[in-house]
Amino acid sequence: MSRNVDAIVVGGGIHGCSTTLHLCLAGLKPVLIEKDYAGRHASGVNAGGVRQLARHIPEIPLSIRSMGIWEKISDLLDDDCSFESHGQVLVAENEEELAVCRARVAELNALGFTHEELIDAAELRRLVPAVAETCPGGVVSRRDGAANPAQTTTAFRRKAQQLGAIVREGVAAGNIRYSDGLWYVDVGTETFAAPVLVNAAGAWAGKIAADLGEPVPVETVAPMLMITSRVPHFIDPVVILRGRKLSFKQFKNGTVLIGGGHLATPYQDRNETVLDWKSLATSAQTVFELFPVMRSATIVRAWAGIEAKMKDDIPVFGPSSRHRGLYHQFGFSLHGFQLGPGAGAVMAELIVNGGTQTRVSDLGIDRFHPSTL
Amino acid sequence: MTVAPKREDYDVVVIGAGPAGLAAAATSAEAGLTTLLLDENIGPGGQVFRAIASTPVTDRNQLGADYWVGADLVQSLRASNAEVIQRAIVWSLDRNLDIAVSIGGASAFVKAKRVILATGALERPFPIPGWTLPGVMTAGAAQTMLKSSALVPDGRTVIAGQGPLLWLLAAQILRLGGRIDRILDTTERGNYFAALPHAFAFLTSPYFTKGLSMMREVKAKVQVVSGVTELAASGDGQLASVSYVASGKRETIPADLLLLHQGVVPNVNLAMAAGVEHRWDDLQLCWSPVLDASGNSSVAGIAIAGDGAGIGGANAAVVRGRIAARAAVEALAPAAAAKLPAMATLRSDLAKAERGRLFLDTLFRPAPQFRIPKGDTIVCRCEEVTAKDVLDSVAIGATGPNQLKAYRRTGMGPCQGRLCGLTVTELMAQARGKSPQEIGYYRLRAPVKPITLAELAAVPKSEADVKAVVRG
Repeated sequence: MSRNVDAIVVGGGIHGCSTTLHLCLAGLKPVLIEKDYAGRHASGVNAGGVRQLARHIPEIPLSIRSMGIWEKISDLLDDDCSFESHGQVLVAENEEELAVCRARVAELNALGFTHEELIDAAELRRLVPAVAETCPGGVVSRRDGAANPAQTTTAFRRKAQQLGAIVREGVAAGNIRYSDGLWYVDVGTETFAAPVLVNAAGAWAGKIAADLGEPVPVETVAPMLMITSRVPHFIDPVVILRGRKLSFKQFKNGTVLIGGGHLATPYQDRNETVLDWKSLATSAQTVFELFPVMRSATIVRAWAGIEAKMKDDIPVFGPSSRHRGLYHQFGFSLHGFQLGPGAGAVMAELIVNGGTQTRVSDLGIDRFHPSTL
Repeated sequence: MTVAPKREDYDVVVIGAGPAGLAAAATSAEAGLTTLLLDENIGPGGQVFRAIASTPVTDRNQLGADYWVGADLVQSLRASNAEVIQRAIVWSLDRNLDIAVSIGGASAFVKAKRVILATGALERPFPIPGWTLPGVMTAGAAQTMLKSSALVPDGRTVIAGQGPLLWLLAAQILRLGGRIDRILDTTERGNYFAALPHAFAFLTSPYFTKGLSMMREVKAKVQVVSGVTELAASGDGQLASVSYVASGKRETIPADLLLLHQGVVPNVNLAMAAGVEHRWDDLQLCWSPVLDASGNSSVAGIAIAGDGAGIGGANAAVVRGRIAARAAVEALAPAAAAKLPAMATLRSDLAKAERGRLFLDTLFRPAPQFRIPKGDTIVCRCEEVTAKDVLDSVAIGATGPNQLKAYRRTGMGPCQGRLCGLTVTELMAQARGKSPQEIGYYRLRAPVKPITLAELAAVPKSEADVKAVVRG
């Protein structure tokens, strides 16, 4: 016996949880299936950057849509998600880097996007007083900020559940099949059936897509992060160094999160990662050089979250090219957290209305598989 | 001065120089395996033989004959070819047996064919109201000061709790001329009956007569209150008094120092961070690694010996160390194993050393009210999270310790759950009507001990990384 619902969402990351919530808001009854627990992987353990800055152009509309939701996140979730908006700053460490920044901002302006703003050395110093004297400027996105990723993903899951979503955690979705206009998914001893299936399974989504005949060029990666002990407040915005694979952010409690995309080795089947300390040492060295205040801080924890990275670094988002009722929402390639709230809203529009005002057409799986529908 | 490891690769790396680690390293080195022993203290001995090579306490009776057994272990180690590095803090171990260790403020990386973890035990958290006040400390911390510096309390001192170490510490403090005003024994009365069936084995254990005479020695000098069912420390920014309930009667006594102890539990942090599978031990009320008869864990190449493998005491630790090392020798240099005592002999030694353990575990199983706090009692000291905070989070959907981090940051401070982990697991299990095994434990991460950013920055980079930051 299968239980009929309006939609089956596979994957309890921020994307799956957000889509589930927005489907509830649209009056649908979805089920969310998560093999571990909501936010167990990348969505719960990422750097928490809420960033429009330095995004690939095809995903900027989705990012802007998302930003609007972030700014009212408490209204949506009854939880502030520890979201703070002190901007994100991309630091150019020399004139060549600044020239790249200048060209980028001009390109965005020509396309009608104004969220990135070129700044000179004086403004950079005002925003990031601790930055080295030699940096000539950079780019700021002033509405950006950061949130607590585990808290946020949990809040999406909780709110969706309050609004009637069925949530199944700790059991993997299995035996996904399509028959007579309905998708069927087994969850332990239960079977759910729905006209709509959303594949938001993160690092596990590529396999689901491939099993359904839509393989895409995706790999599993595990970007590393580390956090320090508390140090005196010295910085408000999130800082990204253009040339050095480094980002960092100081939280209200004084701890500093250091990231930037150095990778651990993922062991996806075991939910495990093995860290590469020599790469983390590179990040530590950069921070050591640029921010003397950090030198005596201690590293209290380092970790990596398992996620999907597309070959072209752009997510797979939108309807399947092969199957009716199937939607993909994965492959966010190390920058999916900020997109979560907006992507859920847009996905719900695609499912419920068959279309959306937000431009997402460049993100579809049809860039790999021309549509046969 | 920095003494870095002499090699990058070893046959066997032993972590921890307590009884298990000393025995394991000596055994492995005697069999001819390249052996490195890393220990974070200034000298060998671990907690039970702390400062064995340097203690200022020279009257052997004061610390007891069992303490001085450690000197023989140290001697055999020194007679072997094992390379020993003290003040070496292992902060990372992974399933590839890559080890990161901080020595004198600089980090080094070594790789092992086999790792023997002998990281011992930690004192069980004792979360009573007021346990975070200055003036309240663990009995183990007091014993550290006593062994390494001959320091004993001289203010109004109360010792509360239960277990063999509590009586040993009391005896040691008294022998060194320290002051103890009262001992509050929290052993549950029902435990005596529960333990009775296991008493015969204990009667034949070496701990029996020693334990009994030690308790007699202490009771002759200090007022001991047994059957304590409630306990709280209070004071304004500093311990002022201890109140307790015994036999239904509440009493409050002034105190300058309260020493708390309710047994020890395996120190699991490094093993868990390496991915070793652990299971909840319902008798010892703690997480213990899943091991085979030779101490091998779920991660290939990592064995665990000593109290880190499940609390067994110092005598058992020595034998477990020898067993784990022999297993390593059998795997890496089978011919050399012939020189060592046979596995069957070692296993029978272990059975002997573990005799009576069931009795002790049953008798000293701490009462629920001292493990699972209520209301405003602090659970997580690093983030100042109370029992009520944890229960409130459970009520709105936190299902386990890792999920709780999203609500309350428990376990995310510098102690990495050492002071709150067991409490959080049991508290959440009780609140959710599940077993601790189902509730689980924090996922632990390296660095298992904090290292400074400066130290990490000084780590030699791989060539690829150096190239990655070269700009052009």
